Amino acid sequence: MSEALVASPAPAADSSAAGASGARRFWRRLRAQRAALVAGGVVALLALVALAAPLLTAIEGQDPTTYHPSLVDSARGGVPVGPLGGIGADHWLGVEPQTGRDLFARLVYGARVSLGVALGATVVQVLIGVVVGVAAALGARWVDQLLSRFTEIIIAMPLMIMSLALLAVVPGSFPRPLLVALVIGLIAWGNVAKITRAQTLTLKGLDYVAAARLSGWGTWRIATRELLPGLAAPVITYAALLVPMNISVEAALSFLGVGVKPPTASWGQMLTAADIWYQAAPQYLLLPAGALFVTVLALTVLGDGIRTALDPRAASRLRVGTGRKGEAKAGVGTGGGGSTGDGAVLPGRGVPGTEVSRQGAPGADVSRQGAPEVDLPRQSASCDAEKEATA
Amino acid sequence: MSGFTGFVLRRTLGTLVTLLAISVIVYVVFFVTPGNVAQITCGPRCSPEQVHQVAQQLRLDDPLYLRYWHFLQGILVGQDYSTGTSVEHCSAPCLGLSYQGDQQVTQLIAAKLPVSLSLVSGAMVLWLILGVGTGVLSAWRRGRFSERVLTGITLAGVATPVFVIGLVLMIVVCGQLQLLPFPQYVGLTDDPEQWAWNLLLPWLSLALIEAATFARLTRASMLETLAEDHIRTFRAYGVGERSVIGRHALRGAFAPIIALNANNVGGAIGGAVLTESLFGLPGIGRELVHAVNVVDLPVVVGMVLVIGFFVVIANAVADVLYAVADRRVVLA
Repeated sequence: MSEALVASPAPAADSSAAGASGARRFWRRLRAQRAALVAGGVVALLALVALAAPLLTAIEGQDPTTYHPSLVDSARGGVPVGPLGGIGADHWLGVEPQTGRDLFARLVYGARVSLGVALGATVVQVLIGVVVGVAAALGARWVDQLLSRFTEIIIAMPLMIMSLALLAVVPGSFPRPLLVALVIGLIAWGNVAKITRAQTLTLKGLDYVAAARLSGWGTWRIATRELLPGLAAPVITYAALLVPMNISVEAALSFLGVGVKPPTASWGQMLTAADIWYQAAPQYLLLPAGALFVTVLALTVLGDGIRTALDPRAASRLRVGTGRKGEAKAGVGTGGGGSTGDGAVLPGRGVPGTEVSRQGAPGADVSRQGAPEVDLPRQSASCDAEKEATA
Repeated sequence: MSGFTGFVLRRTLGTLVTLLAISVIVYVVFFVTPGNVAQITCGPRCSPEQVHQVAQQLRLDDPLYLRYWHFLQGILVGQDYSTGTSVEHCSAPCLGLSYQGDQQVTQLIAAKLPVSLSLVSGAMVLWLILGVGTGVLSAWRRGRFSERVLTGITLAGVATPVFVIGLVLMIVVCGQLQLLPFPQYVGLTDDPEQWAWNLLLPWLSLALIEAATFARLTRASMLETLAEDHIRTFRAYGVGERSVIGRHALRGAFAPIIALNANNVGGAIGGAVLTESLFGLPGIGRELVHAVNVVDLPVVVGMVLVIGFFVVIANAVADVLYAVADRRVVLA
């Protein structure tokens, strides 16, 4: 019975998930979304390919940096020898024009760079953002003023432009992928800080935090033990949107020739040279472009799924739209869905039995008071993320 | 209305502070980098005399605050530069001299600005029409097959980097189908028709990507508005669905669209940098990439400041417009 209640994907369920039961509920909600599940599978596969890159290329018997001058026709400007850009048993996806480097090896090693840089950058963004956000919310008034103003300035700085410029001044001896991750991370943490601050302020006002303070807990203990679990949901949601954005930025920087530099393989960098070879070796263009597209798409869909699983209210607003929201707001249960006639939009969402059990629980709306009122910044923040991702 | 005026004043003041802070940060980050700034700025092939001259121009012997003060002075009232033999005056918004050819950064930017403005403004018209149109359509057709198709397309748009779609467009349209020549920038005043034809593909590349984000936002905020009580009242009074969607729900989406469009300026400029580099358009973006590659520090700093200036101003305008468009916003 409790199974039915917990499993209910109805958006009216409480949103501040903490502890093991919260993780289980999150997992169930995520699994309830087919698209997110497929996307998660694709992401897992990509991560596996990236991790196993040395193994895969060893099986193929190639590596990403060896030149094969014999495989390109230098008389014709470096076109790969053989049909389809040199695809064969030795080179599964053909070779790079001019250099003859193995494309399969460069593609799978490129996945390492792409995912590694994006994850690294996201970790930096989340670390700085959470520390600054919590410090602003818990600190003295002047600390808050200072940090908030600084955060606003950081947000105002255009990511692409700043990272382009920053990458120019760092000496070339610094390991490039690490540098790109650091630069993206150091510039684009503003929205994490903003979200964290808003959420911390909300949590700070709640009874259980006040109780902890009254029982003599220090600020540090309250921050780590009481606040951080409550911050998990919005921060994870936003971080999930940051990963595909960071992948796009890394690819863009490498495309422009200032990101990850040769001989290290990167999808963006592969695309730089590819356009003039599209007739002789179309896969040279299509492979990195397709890899980028699939990766960013899968991560975006997964990010949407994570948001839906962690913040059912945002999900009801964005997906199911009208009916559900009316329901939650009015707290009258069943009636809302019918008024605009689109209650049945989401496939696989309403498990009949659980819907009924929900109706008897108006208490779900009471727990709503605990839900943070950070709608506006969060919504615009997620838009920013999508936005920058397109850059 | 005094609350509103006060809000605008406060916002203007805040904008000025932000601009000043950005100039400090950018200056410190770029001119206080580890290593010999003069050597980096001058380039690896500079002779010691040239390096010394650069060091003098950058006033590297002065303490930091004094150097920044000179830099700020240059922006506000202009500055004189000695270029070895003669003295060159660099007037009011002076951002220094480029280290290739001693051109003034301000002039360099002014020369490239029309290209970038042509690109971004044309693309903006397109992405607003495409994005808002798609958003309205999918909010209207919600729950039907056509909405799913639209949602799929917009999701694909959000996930595609601008240089990928640009590359594909260029190869298909210019290479395979030969419908258009490969873009080459022609000035608007020189030949408006050629200007538009040559910019068509860059506009499309940039706009398709941006439109996807606007479509998602428009759809989400329209659905939110459609759930509100006053819409239910309209419906109960028998207002037609077309009017409900096209007039009343769209009005609710108005403020977020304005806000996103202005907050988006930074992202759009980033997209423009990529589009310019891809299509070889001689705008600010391509110049910036070039300056980055040859480590022309004054040009890099100048461009970052100018672009930051645009972004901050756009954000401030967005806030004010948002407050005008949506009176529910608390003026804080």
